[in-house]
Amino acid sequence: MSAPEVRGAAVSPEGEAPAGAPLLEVEQVRKLFPLKGRGSVLPLRAAHVPMLHAVDGVDLAIGTGESVGLVGESGCGKSTLVRLITRTLDPTAGAIRFRGEDIARIPASAFARVPQRKLIQMVFQDPTDSLNPRYTARETIAEPLRLLGGLSGTALSTRIDAVAALVQMPHELLGRFPHQLSGGQKARVGIARAIALEPSLLILDEPTAALDVSVQAVILHLLADLKQKLGMSYLFVSHDLNIVRLLCDRLMVMYLGRIVESGPARQVFESPRHPYTRALLSAIPGLGGGASRRIRLEGDPTSPIDPDPDRCRFHGRCPKGQDACTRSSPALVQLAPGQVVACHFPESA
Amino acid sequence: MSAGSTLPTAAPPVPASGVAASLRHVRYVLAENPVTAGAFALFGVFLVLALFGPWIAPFDPLATSPDKVLQPPSATHWFGTDQLGRDILSRVIVATGLDFGMAFAAVLLSFGLGCALGSCAGYYGGWIDRMVSRLADTIMAFPLFVLAMAIVAALGNSVENIIYATAIINLPFYIRVARAEVNVRRNAGFVEAARLSGNSEARILAFHLFPNILPPVMVQISLNIGWAILNAAGLSFIGLGVRPPQPEWGIMVAEGASYMISGEWWVSFFPGLVLMLAVFCFNLLGDGLRDMIDPRRRT
Amino acid sequence: MDHPVPLLSVESLGVEFRTRSGTVHALEEISFSVGKGETIGVVGESGSGKSVLFYAVLGILDPAGRITGGRAVFGGLDLVRASPSELEAIRGREAAMIFQNPRVALNPIRKVGHQIEDVLARHTSTPSAALRQRAIEALASVRIPDPERRYDAYPFELSGGLCQRIMIAIALACSPSLLVADEPTTGLDVTTQAAVMDLISELAHKRKMATVLITHDLGLAAEHCDRIVVMHAGHVVETAPTADLFAHPRHPYTARLIATTPHGTSDLRSLAAIPGYLPDLRRGDLPACRFSERCDRFEAACTERPLARLDAGQPHSVACRRPL
Repeated sequence: MSAPEVRGAAVSPEGEAPAGAPLLEVEQVRKLFPLKGRGSVLPLRAAHVPMLHAVDGVDLAIGTGESVGLVGESGCGKSTLVRLITRTLDPTAGAIRFRGEDIARIPASAFARVPQRKLIQMVFQDPTDSLNPRYTARETIAEPLRLLGGLSGTALSTRIDAVAALVQMPHELLGRFPHQLSGGQKARVGIARAIALEPSLLILDEPTAALDVSVQAVILHLLADLKQKLGMSYLFVSHDLNIVRLLCDRLMVMYLGRIVESGPARQVFESPRHPYTRALLSAIPGLGGGASRRIRLEGDPTSPIDPDPDRCRFHGRCPKGQDACTRSSPALVQLAPGQVVACHFPESA
Repeated sequence: MSAGSTLPTAAPPVPASGVAASLRHVRYVLAENPVTAGAFALFGVFLVLALFGPWIAPFDPLATSPDKVLQPPSATHWFGTDQLGRDILSRVIVATGLDFGMAFAAVLLSFGLGCALGSCAGYYGGWIDRMVSRLADTIMAFPLFVLAMAIVAALGNSVENIIYATAIINLPFYIRVARAEVNVRRNAGFVEAARLSGNSEARILAFHLFPNILPPVMVQISLNIGWAILNAAGLSFIGLGVRPPQPEWGIMVAEGASYMISGEWWVSFFPGLVLMLAVFCFNLLGDGLRDMIDPRRRT
Repeated sequence: MDHPVPLLSVESLGVEFRTRSGTVHALEEISFSVGKGETIGVVGESGSGKSVLFYAVLGILDPAGRITGGRAVFGGLDLVRASPSELEAIRGREAAMIFQNPRVALNPIRKVGHQIEDVLARHTSTPSAALRQRAIEALASVRIPDPERRYDAYPFELSGGLCQRIMIAIALACSPSLLVADEPTTGLDVTTQAAVMDLISELAHKRKMATVLITHDLGLAAEHCDRIVVMHAGHVVETAPTADLFAHPRHPYTARLIATTPHGTSDLRSLAAIPGYLPDLRRGDLPACRFSERCDRFEAACTERPLARLDAGQPHSVACRRPL
């Protein structure tokens, strides 16, 4: 079925961005969290407050209609980065340009009232946790349409039905509460809520992590379909390269607050150049069997609290780490067309 | 360790339309739990007495008759008569309205104020949290009944002031429940999702978090009403608030206390018994209410 | 390899749960065996009853659950008929279990070293003077860096991966002959998952310990198991040596499950969904083959009893009337 027409839902507030410019541009964005209670007990001198470097100078760009995968393990800062992009958290520094406008300047507390709010939406990781247990599916889907789309009455219910049809959610299930729905159905409600306003950027935060494999396949197909129908850009966040790869044109690998490798999905998957990317890829269990090729990461990861700026953050777990890695932090260098890597000793292609 | 979470559940059952399903659920909870059903029945009786007491009472609760002073329970006067010859049954019935009214008003006040303060404290944290929590701690630091006495003494001896006093001493319980329940949910996925759906922080608190903290707060209310009745009656018992000849359980117990020794036990026994039943009833209601209000149990 | 006397042999085991909305026929006619030193994977989607199966075998079933029949013979003892004290003795010493979410399974206010000592003191005759040393050895055996220091740590001070290693150390402290790992790496990062699974495999081989890996992840089972048992809606539908199962799946469900799992070379188009849902196990009219309503090879006989049986004598056997 085709995308139903909605008045006022998909109209861009400032018109289209200049041709060629990416939809979203993140520039040197940083988010540091002060750790409380670790400073000196007496405020005799201004003690240095230790800072947790959650996101530490990240650049990324997403083009219109493009799918970008963001891969990293828990604690690497990808959730913080997502919250910065969805503008529910204010960055410490850096710019986030959406259609050319720096939305990092709009405080998170005021972002619910700006026109960009409905254009940046998100599908959450855990469909159970992200649905209000006291809202029916219909109420959940209605909320953004009412608050951001300004719909009410018949227009609202027509639109809800259209969105439900779009995510293939049976009409008779719309009156149910989350605990009366299966995992796959809850995932559909979460997706319906996010796409109801036809956003131009949809962030997918491990949308299938809580689902069974058979349902996962269905949801991945649905997401691919929706992207084609609605022309959205995706930022697909996951720790599972194997899933990200299926849906994304480009991959970015994040480690301890920084992007360590980025490039076209197939290229990164087939010839990873950063040792961490290699380790991630080799850790994916394949149906072929055999754990012999595994690259093991030994040692403790670097602490994200006030990390040494002149040291590679992967050093200590890196199988290739050398002295040079403790003296300077590697910058992102282009090694192949479109593929950039931050490593002093990148793998050969 | 339990295998409960791995219980195989496939396609969820189809629920009937909203109202019918709710009614069926209420019936189910009552059938499963006879104690709750009993408490609900008793509550119904009390409610009828509170609303229609003056019409139900067989005698005028204020009419004195010097020829029928301190009569023991009989077929005409089931609960006997007091030192002025008034029918104790009628007085107990009519008093229900006043006692319940005071307790409900007080609990409603502390529920509203306590939930608002507690939710804000739990949600925003920071200085709001510190101030609200210290306020609750300060109230809790006093012996509560003595605090209520002091408030009534300071504000003036009236029914309204009993209500305010009872509301204030109940406040910390609501603040704490609301704060804790909001605090565990404020980072839930549905809160972040609500933010992306265009809710302001105040809307999230009011329309997303508040409905979710209702079940535990309802239990608190139910337990609290019993306590509030006891509190209001207690204040009247020591001579604050309600004045004779107005029928009120606390005063009636106080008035009858001196006749206990001389053998006229019924004068304070029956008001005391009804007071106890009322408190007991509300304490039992708590669990039943929680089962009914929680949608997750509605399957 | 042939195992004349299996370590654990389950025959015709059935389990029911009594719930508010009816009786859930959770497991029916479950038969399989685990040989000494063998690693088997039990795979299936949520609701297939794979965890319930081992809760029933080890006697830690939820009170609402009831074993309706069958046997589970472990080292000569039928666990279904064993007394609670016999089961207690077996659990922890002979058969150990590790769970998903190790942080919940560990006592949050007790040092991890002490938690290992508790198990040693209860199930072995280690003199109390040697307990600390044995506990540190146990921590070292699961490759926890700096075990002397970690002995004094509380669970909240450790990462998820380290907590799961502690759980493994506790489970293996008494050198059990059977380890049941119930989704041991769900919720862990891929690299941590790989490290934990490698550790389990390595320890299992070194100690010649039989291991049961309960998982929803076919890839994980493929990588670490000698043999795989596929479950669907409370039935074992197929069991086969790993390579054989993936090369020639014979049950339609197994084939679909493999097709729906993303792996190294698949793309989104080749990822096929499994139609329909698990049947509601509370139904009174469950067909004999519980996959029949989702199956494209369905024929009328599929819904009729008796159940299609696995052939215990064959290494690769399938419970289907019309196998592939």
